[in-house]
Amino acid sequence: MITAGIDMGAKNVKVVILKDGEILAKGQTLSGFDQKAAAEKVFNEVLTEAGLSREKIDHVVATGAGKDVAPYANGEISMMGADALGGFFLFPSARTVIDVGAEEGRAVKCDDKGKMVDFVINERCAAGAGTFVEAMSRALEIELEEIGALSLKAERAVPMNAQCTIFAESEVVTLIHEKTSKADIARAIHDAIADRIASMTRRLGIQKDVVLVGGVAKNVGFVSSLKKTLGVNLLVPEEPEFVGALGAALLPQKGIGGSEK
Amino acid sequence: MLEPKYKTRLLDCWNDAKQLRAKYYENFLKAHEMGGIRWAGGAWSFSAVPAGLGDDVYSLTGEPYGATVAYNKDFAAKCHDATEAKGYARDLCAYMRNYWGSIILDEYAWGGEFPKADFLWTTHICCSHAKWYQVAGELEGGVPFFCVDVSVGPYNEMNERRINYIVSQTMDGIEWMEKVTGRTYDDEKLIQAVYNECRATSLWAEICTLNKAVPAPLDEKTMYSLYVLSTLMKHRKECADFYEKLRDEVKDRVTDQIAAVGNEKYRVMTDTQPPWAFLQLWRYLEKYGVVSIGSLYTFGLTGIFEVKEDGTWGPRTTPQEKGIEIETREQALRVLAEWTLSRPEWQHFYSPELKSGMMRRIVREWKVDGVMLHYNRGCEGLSMGIAENKLALRKAGIPVMHFEGNMGDEREFNLERTKSEVDAFLEILGAK
Repeated sequence: MITAGIDMGAKNVKVVILKDGEILAKGQTLSGFDQKAAAEKVFNEVLTEAGLSREKIDHVVATGAGKDVAPYANGEISMMGADALGGFFLFPSARTVIDVGAEEGRAVKCDDKGKMVDFVINERCAAGAGTFVEAMSRALEIELEEIGALSLKAERAVPMNAQCTIFAESEVVTLIHEKTSKADIARAIHDAIADRIASMTRRLGIQKDVVLVGGVAKNVGFVSSLKKTLGVNLLVPEEPEFVGALGAALLPQKGIGGSEK
Repeated sequence: MLEPKYKTRLLDCWNDAKQLRAKYYENFLKAHEMGGIRWAGGAWSFSAVPAGLGDDVYSLTGEPYGATVAYNKDFAAKCHDATEAKGYARDLCAYMRNYWGSIILDEYAWGGEFPKADFLWTTHICCSHAKWYQVAGELEGGVPFFCVDVSVGPYNEMNERRINYIVSQTMDGIEWMEKVTGRTYDDEKLIQAVYNECRATSLWAEICTLNKAVPAPLDEKTMYSLYVLSTLMKHRKECADFYEKLRDEVKDRVTDQIAAVGNEKYRVMTDTQPPWAFLQLWRYLEKYGVVSIGSLYTFGLTGIFEVKEDGTWGPRTTPQEKGIEIETREQALRVLAEWTLSRPEWQHFYSPELKSGMMRRIVREWKVDGVMLHYNRGCEGLSMGIAENKLALRKAGIPVMHFEGNMGDEREFNLERTKSEVDAFLEILGAK
């Protein structure tokens, strides 16, 4: 069976094509203003990479914030359900999957088959999502890709009191004026978002093993802060941003959760 | 969409409910033309008490009025702008802001100028009620205002001293009403109104109890249009009579297996007021065979229950069913106070565990598969302790989700986002 998963994320669209449990091809692009067109483009690119025509795909399952406008999809699954399936597929010992994406942080509890049994979402607040790190990178005038590694060079923990991106930015500016090193500020930023995500996950109840997915999982500084805050080891896949799309692609094979479009 | 499994049809008495409600708002508007008087206050106020002033006394209860405004998103937005322009904070009770906004704009949700009350009569248990009407009276140019403090503790700790505290206030209130209206009070009308209120609120509890049946004869979205009558005029004969008619019809639906949702497969309950401008969310559930059978809010905001001999919840036996004859003003007020203090939706003000216990009971007895909590930023009173309720339900092994929103201010509710969270919950239940 050949299946495809499309994760219509807030910032990026991700596509994974799967054949009998093996990833044939994957790709991503910025969602942009016309998310459907972006998805069509990346979907066709991934098809080409896999050497397949669209007719060869048995099922296309959509997930993500924009799943309703996903092209070619004949099934859908919630972001949380896809995280559970994808995280469990990569790490069968997973019982908690934390996903930190551009605009949302969420945690999902799953059973021993990868089926979601509970979830919690960080709602309406950028301070628990990737956008927070992006805004802080701008305030520090460093590239987003650099902030993670930089924070690992921190020499001390600087508490960041603000619980809001807007006020946190002004706090960063204050720290800069106080001559705090960029590395220490970077760590403070990651500690702050880690506190948010950990507090949210604790509401769900942390059950090991814990898998961290989503674009922000590529940020080594954040991973380090979250490990320390949660006090557990985190399993991070090589390409954490594709786990939602992978979970969607797995749905027809697993047949749990989700529904026809 | 799942194939229908049960027969379904609209309620025969649906139009009666609509007409009663429309008449209620029209009566308030035209009260003065008819030579009557108007009072306004909370839906939880002792509405039977002003009934002693005469048959031509008409009320406007603020919460259902606020919900009516909320349903009209454009008008609600105007009301919010008007209250915020006056300097009131946007995180105050959304119903209250809708109500104040109508006064400030001088626009009645049903058309025309906002009809000013002759006096304001309310109770205080949530954090907003007393201030709501104090400010409303000021905005209306100094309308006399009386508030009864009912925060005497949970019903399971009730005693005579606490009941006396309420009775003495309502006794004072009657003297005050006579002064501000210049009318002579008729105790017989009070007694009849108390009987009506006990009958109406017990009947509503009975109707909700009938929803234990599978398939559920009523869905919550429909129930919103039915329970509202008890928030408008629980003390009036026509309200009790309507509920009797509705109870009989719902009984028939149970016997004949007439479902509210023909494809019922899963049963959920909600909590607190819904986001009124987005009730399509309840219809969205039905697409997946999910019926919301109600909630502690829909059941117990006005419905009065008791634990029956078999340990289950059912309608509270009324004083008249017990053969109690009310003969005096003081006795009527005592019966009313004691009856009212057993209101399910008042108990959580003292402890979230009391509410969690009632919610677990509903899950059990109404055969609920999952609970959808509305973290309602528009009502601090009914949202109080709701996160504790979520933990208690989760601890009991009950699937539970929450969504954030506001019953009366659409700026704080995101339908698409909520639907995506509901989707995940439906997947957990196996409905999607």
